[in-house]
Amino acid sequence: MAGDAVKLLGAWPSPFVMRAQIALNLKSVGYEFLEETLGTKSQLLLQSNPVHKKIPVLIHGDKLVCESLIIVQYIDEVWSSGPGMLPSDLYDRATARFWAAYIDDKWFPSLIGIAKAQDDGAKKAAIEQVSEILAVLEDAFTKCSKGKTFFGGDRVGYLDIAFGCFLGWLRVTEKMNGVELISRSKTPQLAQWAERFCADPAVKDVMPETDKLAEFAKVLFAKFKNPPSQ
Amino acid sequence: MAREEETRVKLLGLWVSPFVRRVEWALKLKGVSYDYVEEDIVNKSPLLLELNPIHQKVPVMVHNGKVICESFVLLEYIDETWKHRPLLPQDPYDRATARFWALFVEEKLMKNAWIAIFSEGEEKEKAHKVAIEAVERIEEQLKGKRFFGGDDIGYLDLAVGWVSHMLPVWDEMGSTNILDPLRFPSTTSWITNFLGHPLIRDNLPPRDRMWDYFHRKREQIMASRASD
Repeated sequence: MAGDAVKLLGAWPSPFVMRAQIALNLKSVGYEFLEETLGTKSQLLLQSNPVHKKIPVLIHGDKLVCESLIIVQYIDEVWSSGPGMLPSDLYDRATARFWAAYIDDKWFPSLIGIAKAQDDGAKKAAIEQVSEILAVLEDAFTKCSKGKTFFGGDRVGYLDIAFGCFLGWLRVTEKMNGVELISRSKTPQLAQWAERFCADPAVKDVMPETDKLAEFAKVLFAKFKNPPSQ
Repeated sequence: MAREEETRVKLLGLWVSPFVRRVEWALKLKGVSYDYVEEDIVNKSPLLLELNPIHQKVPVMVHNGKVICESFVLLEYIDETWKHRPLLPQDPYDRATARFWALFVEEKLMKNAWIAIFSEGEEKEKAHKVAIEAVERIEEQLKGKRFFGGDDIGYLDLAVGWVSHMLPVWDEMGSTNILDPLRFPSTTSWITNFLGHPLIRDNLPPRDRMWDYFHRKREQIMASRASD
């Protein structure tokens, strides 16, 4: 089963797609990357994920797996030789899952809240909210890492992947708004972690460069503000 | 060696919460005894605020002196800690499938059914439509099966379990028809099978109490909208 061909349907700017890529890289699993063009949904995507019509989709042999964190857990369970991405201690596993859910339910909406803010007042409030959440995550890092390099300990793990995939977009947000969200002064542990995460061999080739992502963001946001007249 | 009081499981809950209920069912299926503490969710106890400062919600479980929150996180923890009578399937693809549908039902059906019951007009109609589409998916998944888990109750049955006893009450209250038995025979059968399981049947919120609770809630919500 592990030997079947692996394909990943995705797009380079997507943090959710990056989660799957990092997981496959950590397990040294070769895969074919099928790039979706933004604004269109290919036949393959519509067939592979008819329920949500979203990327990423992992195509493993004849199996289709959707939802980024579910894909990461699937990868961890199929390619199970070697260190797991979730901690081995059952309580630590629950803690990692808890914070990953927090990332999806609280962190991600707060980050896009900044891009969606209509005026300066709303923007300021959105930035404040993101900063509050980062303070919570700084604290979570202390508890999860137990003095080691990553949330997962000595190696990049499930929670590092769940949160770290957003670092490119976080840097773009900082650049576009002239703010520091993760910094050595405000969130020293997260600042150090971010550097180490982005430098990790499983991450560095799939984390987009901030400038390239910023260019993409400008085009994307322009489309939101000025939809093409039909 | 852990002290005896620490190894015992403590669960903070709310009688009407589907999130708490699914955790209780899991513990009961595993034969794990626990101390249950009913929370007054309007006046949150110092204990709740101390144990779950991030979300201030139930369920909260304490085991071996450690605190775990979030119902889906708890289902996985319970399944991994007490390995007999597994809830999730063994095969990784089947596990991914169960997790996918649990998330789907939570995000699409629970959310939209709630909106359909507690709103009016266009908002209600839109949510009603999405809720029905979600049940269509459930119907597809259940075809030919006694339970989502196959012959016996599993993770996905517990995740979707609220549909069996809570959604019919909502349907009646909101004059909606999300769980149409003519349209969804497999889902209707599943409800009968699920509610017929002794551990489930003896562990449900009383229907009349649920009715009163949601009826009052609906009045409150409609009143506050009228005054906007």
